Formats: sequence, C-alpha cells, structure tokens
Amino acid sequence: MKIVVCVSHVPDTATKIVVGSDNKTIDANGVTYVLNPYDEIAVEEALKTKEAQGGDVVVVSVGPDNNKESIRKALAMGADSGVLLKDDNYRDSVGVAKALAEEIKAQDAQIVFFGKQSVDYDNSIVGQLTAEMLGYNCVSVAVDLKLDGEKITAEREIEGGREVIETSLPAVITCQKGLNEPRYAALKGIMAAKRKTIEEKDAAVSENSVEILEMKKPAPKEPGKIVGTDSSAVPELVRLLKEEAKVI
Amino acid sequence: MLQAMVREFTDAEIRPVAAQIDEEEKIPDGLIKKIGELGLLGTSFPEKYGGGGFGGVGYCLAQEEITRACNSTAAFIGAHQSIGANAIYIGGSEELKMKYLPALCAGEKIAAFALTEAEAGSDAFNLKTEAKLTNGKWILNGEKIWITNAGIADLFSVFARTDKGITGFVVEKDFGGISIGPKEKKMGIKGSVTNTISFDNVEVPEENIIGREGRGFIVAMKTLEAGRLGIGAASLGAAKEMLELSAKYAAQRKQFNQFISNFQAIQFMLAEMSTNIYAMESILYRAAEKYDNGEDISTDAAIVKLFCSEAVTKVTDHALQIHGGMGFSRELPLERYYRDARILRIFEGTTEIQKMIIGKKAVKQKGKWKV
Ligand SMILES: Cc1cc2nc3c(=O)[nH]c(=O)nc-3n(C[C@H](O)[C@H](O)[C@H](O)COP(=O)(O)OP(=O)(O)OC[C@H]3O[C@@H](n4cnc5c(N)ncnc54)[C@H](O)[C@@H]3O)c2cc1C
Ligand SMILES: Cc1cc2nc3c(=O)[nH]c(=O)nc-3n(C[C@H](O)[C@H](O)[C@H](O)COP(=O)(O)OP(=O)(O)OC[C@H]3O[C@@H](n4cnc5c(N)ncnc54)[C@H](O)[C@@H]3O)c2cc1C
Repeated sequence: MKIVVCVSHVPDTATKIVVGSDNKTIDANGVTYVLNPYDEIAVEEALKTKEAQGGDVVVVSVGPDNNKESIRKALAMGADSGVLLKDDNYRDSVGVAKALAEEIKAQDAQIVFFGKQSVDYDNSIVGQLTAEMLGYNCVSVAVDLKLDGEKITAEREIEGGREVIETSLPAVITCQKGLNEPRYAALKGIMAAKRKTIEEKDAAVSENSVEILEMKKPAPKEPGKIVGTDSSAVPELVRLLKEEAKVI
Repeated sequence: MLQAMVREFTDAEIRPVAAQIDEEEKIPDGLIKKIGELGLLGTSFPEKYGGGGFGGVGYCLAQEEITRACNSTAAFIGAHQSIGANAIYIGGSEELKMKYLPALCAGEKIAAFALTEAEAGSDAFNLKTEAKLTNGKWILNGEKIWITNAGIADLFSVFARTDKGITGFVVEKDFGGISIGPKEKKMGIKGSVTNTISFDNVEVPEENIIGREGRGFIVAMKTLEAGRLGIGAASLGAAKEMLELSAKYAAQRKQFNQFISNFQAIQFMLAEMSTNIYAMESILYRAAEKYDNGEDISTDAAIVKLFCSEAVTKVTDHALQIHGGMGFSRELPLERYYRDARILRIFEGTTEIQKMIIGKKAVKQKGKWKV
C-alpha cells in the first residue's frame, strides 16, 4: 500500500518571532525551523501503518528548498522517500492542498496522514481540503486509529469528549496529540536518510485566494494586579472577578 | 541532524532523571536500553560493525549534548564506546571486530576498559595482571581497579602482561573466575558505576587477543587518545550548560535593586566562561577531525584533555558563584555539575600526565610548533 505523509517546516515553537520589515511575513533571521510537531505524529502513524500492513511511506512537502530538512527528519524516522513540491512564495491553504492533491493522485496513495494543524499559520484545514479535492474520506483530529483491510475505525477529539467513527479507504487522516508517541530518529535512520532520495518538482500552479495584509504581534499582556497578600483582600478580589473580569 | 536528535532525546529522556541518577547512583536500566536502541552506544564506528558511522566528530557532538544534562550518563557511554569497544576497534583483528562490535554498538552488550591497577595508575606500564598461553587458552590472573562500568559490563578490554610485553584481551564476564567488587563511593559522576575486577585463572580463548601479542600498550594508549577527545566533549557540554543557566539566573536575580547581570563582576565571569567555551569547542573539533582523517593525534588529544578538563572546572566554579547561595544548594543542579566536572582532570590520564606528553613533544621538536 502506498502511504503518504504531508509535512510542513515551521518555526520552532521555542523561538522568538519577529515580524519582518514588510509587516507581512516573519523575519526568518535566527529562526530555527523544525518538522511541524503534529506532523511528527502523522509520520509515526504512517510508519506504524507500514509496519502493520506493509507498503511504502512517501513524505511530501510544499515549499522552498529548506523544507527538505523536515523531509529528511521524516526519512530519518523511517519513511522511504520524499517529494518536495517546490514553491518559494507564500501559498494559501487551498494552494498547498491543490499541490498535495495532485501529487497524492500521482502516487495513487490509499491513505494519507497530516498533522491536525501546522503550528505556523494554524489554519487547521489543509488535510480536509486535500481530502475534498481528492474525493477521499476524511478523519480529522484523530486520537485513535484502527485499520482493518479497507475499513477504518477512528476516534476523534470533539468538544468535551470523543467521537467514534467508521469509514473506509481511501482516506485522509489528520493527527492529534495522543494518537501515538513519535519515535526518535535512531542513528542508523539518520545515516540511512542521507542515502534516501528526495524528488523535487514544481508545485502545481495555484492562485492565492487569501492575501496576507498585515502581520502583527499581539499586544503585550497587562501586568497582573496584586490586591493584597492576606485574607483581608478576598472581598476585593471577589468584587474584581465579578465586576471587572466578569468570570464569576 | 545528529546533534538535534541527541538534544531532543537528552531533553526528554535524560535531563528529567539526571538528579535522580546522581542521588540513586544508578542510571535506570530502561534509559540504558533506550540509549542502545537509538544507536548512541556505537555512534563513531563504521556501519559495517553496526555503528552509526558518524566518526569521532559525531561521537563528540553526541557526548556534548548528553553531558549538558548528565555527566554520569556520558561517562557510562564513554567507557563503553570510546575506550571499552574502541580498544577492539583500534587494535583488534577483523574477526574480533565482527565478533564483538555489532552487539556492543546495538547495546546488547556493555563494555568496559580495564587498564588501571593498584600499582599502575598514571604509570599504567607498571601493570601486573598476567596472561599465560596454556593449551590454546590464555590464563588470566590479577586485579584491576577503578573500572568504569565494571558492575554492569558484559565484557572487558583487559590489558595484561605476557611473555612478549603488554597484551590486550577481550574477556567476557561469563568466562568464569571473574569477580566484581562493590561500587566505589565517589564525589561525582555517581550514576556511573566504578568497581574493581579480579581475575582468578580466567580462561580466555586464544582468538580473543586484541591485535598482536606485546602490542597492547600501544593499543591502550591509542584508545585513550580517542577517549580524551570524549573528555573534551563532556567538558564542553557541561560548560555550555553552565553558561546558559548562569546567564539566565543573572538576568532574573535582583540585588542592590538591579539584576545582577548588570554588574561587571558577573559579566566578567560570563565572559571567561564564554571564552573558555570558544577555545574548547575550537580545539576539540579540530582534533576530532584529525582523528577521523586517521592522523596522529597523540599531542592534540593531550592538549584537548588538559585544556578542556581544566576549563570546565573553572566554568562550573564560576557558574556556582554566580548563583550565590542557591548554587550551593542541591535544589539546583549547579553543585552536581561542579562535583561531576572534577573527575575530568583525573581519569584517562591526569592533568599532569597530559602535560608530560605535551612537554616531551615540545622538547623533542625543540619548541618548533607543529601538531
Ligand atoms: C571515577 C573513575 C573512573 C575510572 N575509570 C577507569 C576505567 O574505566 N578504566 C581504567 O583503566 N581506569 C579507570 N580509572 C583510573 C584512572 O585512569 C586513574 O585514576 C588515573 O589514571 C590516575 O591514576 P591514580 O588514581 O593511580 O593516581 P596516581 O597515578 O597515583 O597519581 C596521583 C597524583 O600523582 C600525579 N603523578 C603521577 N605520576 C606523575 C609524574 N610522573 N609526574 C607528575 N605527576 C605525577 C598524578 O597526576 C596525580 O596528581 C578511573 C578512575 C576514576 C577515579
Ligand atoms: C550553606 C549556607 C549557609 C548560610 N548561612 C547563613 C547564616 O547562618 N546566616 C545568614 O544570614 N545567611 C546565611 N547564608 C546566606 C549567605 O550569606 C548568602 O547566600 C550570601 O551572602 C550570598 O547571597 P545570595 O545567595 O543571595 O547571592 P546573591 O547576593 O544573589 O549573589 C549572586 C551573585 O551575584 C554577585 N553579586 C551580588 N551583588 C553584587 C554586586 N553589587 N557586584 C558584583 N557582584 C554581585 C555575588 O557575589 C554572587 O556571585 C548561608 C548560605 C548558605 C549557602
């Protein structure tokens, strides 16, 4: 079975983000980019699927040359080969999905894994869009997955609980924390990844339907207020929580 | 990618248990298993022996990252890989390497390096353990002391006296006649076990000789050269951690109505720490590259070991000082790094022994600078 994992290359959540001089992009200077954390879960699930069912895991990413670093990381974890769909410019979610859908079709993949969201733009939508374009079934925010032949039984995280659903291949699964514990890339994997191929091709042409007008940092948080340090402060605290913060 | 992976692994799996390793004087078995599964017990060795294929540079990068969190764990890995297994890699025949290295690289077996004896510390050549070839077997008798990993090892690279001089052997724990002493009680790297080993008529198969008879001392010295680079890496990793912790602490600790990082006295300590780190990193990787190119690094390794181990004891001292009373408290890890750093000036050749090697070379070359 052909298994595809789609990955993005995102700023490490520990780095400090600075908005670039154009006010529309982030300043990439000094920013470390990593494999999107949710995509690590997707890679792990793809590898587990391969281990259980056999098949080939292909890692696909849309973006500039640097995205190869994250593809390599997935290869080091154990994926078989990579495809970089090159595009140096900003692409909205629909554009990314278009490029991915075209490649997935060409690969004839039966199951496709995504992270439930990419921690850069946080749109949480590329997996679903891709499924729609391909006409595949889609399970989003999966926290449990069982594959039995063509049949899929999955659990999704929903507000305040879990939903159990059944569907079938071909399908797109977007992965949520808790689905699995992503493995570390072992030294052997890191070495082997150097010998695996990453195919490069231009991403399918797409017109953006979303334009970024401005990017700005949220206003800094107001410093906290200390009302007092002993029990005499409680009435005032309760009043503030009721009247100002309106939380009780 | 290697360094990033080891950092990720260290932060998630080693750092959270580093204080526990120190207190309980034991590296959890589960952690040792994970380290083996990842390939960190064979980082430097070629892939054909089951290693990672990352050479000395890769090994040093990995040790650096691990020591940022835990010197005990780094000492365990170092004794296993860069001296225990490396003696076989550097000195052994192809058959011997194929016999032992794959299991050692995979972490299925743990190695130790057994050179030191009661009368043979710095003067390793004075060792008394002996091996006699009788009926196609080497019969080994003697006692080794201060052997890192002895208590958890499955096999030992042992150096003993034979008719033709000092010779190395691979001795499996289960050959019979081997007894391991209790854990030494130490000031630092407490999680790394150190024991005595005694050999009482241990029968070693003839083919377990490391290289040729009488060549053991050279093998031991070459092995220690690689080990000394590892000590450089451990020193560097600890020093980087100290700088980071200290700069962060100084930027949030207020005295005299300001952050202590404003004081020149603190900045000067951070400056000395930074300068030492720059020098350590530079000489370490310069030497490690030479090692990977197969060049002679006898002087380089001594310089790296001497400089880095001395530097890290100064750096840990500064870091502790910057933290004031909190640096002395066991609530923070500063005192652990301070204690752990101290061994680096002693094992694998003391500071004085490194100076002897470097000084002799300077005299021999009439002071002409060439490494
Ligand atoms: C925690 C720990 C782990 C160890 N692990 C191992 C191991 O895995 N395998 C192994 O084989 N050994 C191991 N050792 C032994 C270690 O290598 C020796 O302790 C070290 O080489 C010093 O030998 P020594 O302790 O006998 O000190 P000594 O040789 O007695 O030295 C005492 C002092 O005299 C100085 N000195 C000695 N000779 C001279 C000289 N000619 N000129 C000037 N000064 C001199 C030394 O520098 C030192 O300051 C370990 C030791 C420790 C403490
Ligand atoms: C084991 C122990 C026992 C103790 N016993 C007692 C006791 O019995 N009674 C008691 O009262 N206290 C006691 N103390 C407290 C001790 O005196 C303080 O820890 C010490 O004065 C340092 O203060 P600090 O820990 O707050 O460090 P800090 O004052 O925060 O100092 C941190 C670092 O900043 C440096 N620094 C601070 N100000 C300046 C400056 N202006 N210029 C340059 N550098 C500066 C310091 O030298 C230090 O390196 C004890 C502490 C310990 C650890």
